[in-house]
Amino acid sequence: MNTLFDKIWDAHVVQKVEDGPTQLYIDRLYCHEVTSPQAFDELRARGIGCLRPGRIFCMPDHNIPTQNQDKPIEEPVSRKQVDTLVRNAREFGLELFGMMHPKNGIIHVVGPEQGLTLPGATIVCGDSHTSTHGAMGAVAFGIGTSEVGMVMASQCILQQKPRTMRISVEGTLGRGVTAKDVALYIMTQMSTSGATGYFVEYAGSAIRSMSMESRLTLCNLSIEMGARGGMVAPDDITFDYLKGREYAPKGEAWDKAVAYWRTLRSDTDAQFDEEYTFRAEDIEPRITYGTNPGMGMGVSERIPAAESIDEAGRASFRKSLDYMGFSEGEKLTGHAIDYVFVGSCTNGRIEDFRAFAQIVKGRQKAPGVTAWIVPGSWSVQRQIAAEGIDKILEAAGFEIRQPGCSACLAMNEDKVPEGKYCVSTSNRNFEGRQGPGARTILASPYTAAAAAITGCITDPREFL
Amino acid sequence: MKKEKFNIITDSCIPLPLENIDTDQIIPARFLKATTREGFGENLFRDWRFDKEGRRIESFVMNNPSYKGCILVAGKNFGCGSSREHAAWAIADYGFRVVVSSFFADIHKNNELNNFVLPVVVSEDFLLALFKSIDANPSTQVTVDLPAQTITNNATGASERFEINGYKKHCLMNGLDDIDFLLSNKHKIEEYEKTAQ
Repeated sequence: MNTLFDKIWDAHVVQKVEDGPTQLYIDRLYCHEVTSPQAFDELRARGIGCLRPGRIFCMPDHNIPTQNQDKPIEEPVSRKQVDTLVRNAREFGLELFGMMHPKNGIIHVVGPEQGLTLPGATIVCGDSHTSTHGAMGAVAFGIGTSEVGMVMASQCILQQKPRTMRISVEGTLGRGVTAKDVALYIMTQMSTSGATGYFVEYAGSAIRSMSMESRLTLCNLSIEMGARGGMVAPDDITFDYLKGREYAPKGEAWDKAVAYWRTLRSDTDAQFDEEYTFRAEDIEPRITYGTNPGMGMGVSERIPAAESIDEAGRASFRKSLDYMGFSEGEKLTGHAIDYVFVGSCTNGRIEDFRAFAQIVKGRQKAPGVTAWIVPGSWSVQRQIAAEGIDKILEAAGFEIRQPGCSACLAMNEDKVPEGKYCVSTSNRNFEGRQGPGARTILASPYTAAAAAITGCITDPREFL
Repeated sequence: MKKEKFNIITDSCIPLPLENIDTDQIIPARFLKATTREGFGENLFRDWRFDKEGRRIESFVMNNPSYKGCILVAGKNFGCGSSREHAAWAIADYGFRVVVSSFFADIHKNNELNNFVLPVVVSEDFLLALFKSIDANPSTQVTVDLPAQTITNNATGASERFEINGYKKHCLMNGLDDIDFLLSNKHKIEEYEKTAQ
């Protein structure tokens, strides 16, 4: 009567510390350039190496420019951080997919597409969107840099076991409704802290019929409702996606692995600490209007009134609308926008560019809109070219940039200017997230495409 | 990192009565490019403390000389969003030793603990009353007693017990960190690896 989460967690317990956390064994540690340098320093200060270097994979993604990656990074501080990762990976004997490496890309796009992320594994990274990898049926969660150091030193982490939550979405998603909309909908229902302390399993017919890319998008956003992680039980969709990928098991080892992975599901009588069920039919294309991802609504709805918000949250709500330049009760369709960003670990996979292309095909980018179209990895970039999506986008007036985290958090040059509106397929609309003073509206690739060609917030179903 | 041992702290507070303060506000991404742990305090709440020309925003509480102390008091769901430990480094580097809220995001809470900053979870009522006390008198003092696991609003005398597991409490009171613990039981890791094959 165990949940999927319990099965994987329990199989990785090294010991339970008395009156304390669990010591959990970690199968994979992913490292990027922003949250790892101080962890490597910690090892150096102690005069130790990584206990299991073969389990650690490094790639820069946050700082790298999305143009001219064949040249050195211009910004000296960004360049130093990327160079530091390269040096550290060499010194500690870790596999590195450096800038321009054919396997480079956003860590949460690369892990699954290379077959590094496998069902039943425990995976951590100094990045909150590590929850993405749970889509493959793994227990994956974001950690801080001190914890990165712990895992490097001991291949283990000390963690309090989270509680379990199952979120089921039953039914069939409507036209133009994507995994992104499902996640934004759930978040609004749950709030940005509704799943804090929990590990979420997504279930139900709408989830089971989702592609692997869609499940990755859904699990990616688990952290935005506070969850420690999110996961989907592995099934044939997972195995078909993984088969033949470079680091996935091969031959006999593959058959053996699949036989084990098929046991990774919650027992029918499994007890969850919390359960929620939503109807797929209730979900329409979503946008956010505020400064946290839980402040969202259907694209055709109105911003709520302050009176409908509980008293403790009202000051934050008003501050949020003030920042965004929106008013209570306002309808946002038709509101002009300045930027469109398609990419990030949330929506930077092939399916997302197919969706964007589906709407912009045969149409033209609106004149006043600046669009940044950024694949999640070089592998996605190659697939975009192989499918001819690049030609469709070019004909519509869009340029495809080189892979990286880009305008999701604007650590490179891709910054939205102060006061400008950006419809973004990324994961966070926090104040200043896309650049100081930038105003972010989170949406799916369909909704981003509709905004890119009309120049304003638009219901994408008009084009589908 | 300073591993300053923790015991009993009494000090005044800096109040931030906003909910869902995310780590992008605590330290914006453009300040994450350092490769060391030092100096992040300078940019703590950067875009709330300073305008784009780098001038202090006088209306922000941290720029008001009436408010000082090593205890930060914040609204529900403090530290949500990005896992960046730089947020905890900025809080510690600025000089805070305790953060009080009615609710913390998981990753940030661990990051504070790993940097010898104590996150104290209080009830919603205690928090609201504390904000009121500070509002009435900015010098309101709070006592955080880690050994007894209690927090007291010295203006009203109201006191509450807070939770922390015995292991972490021992670490904070003795200046020990998790790597010390993990390295001391390497044999258990090797045993696990043998059986897990």
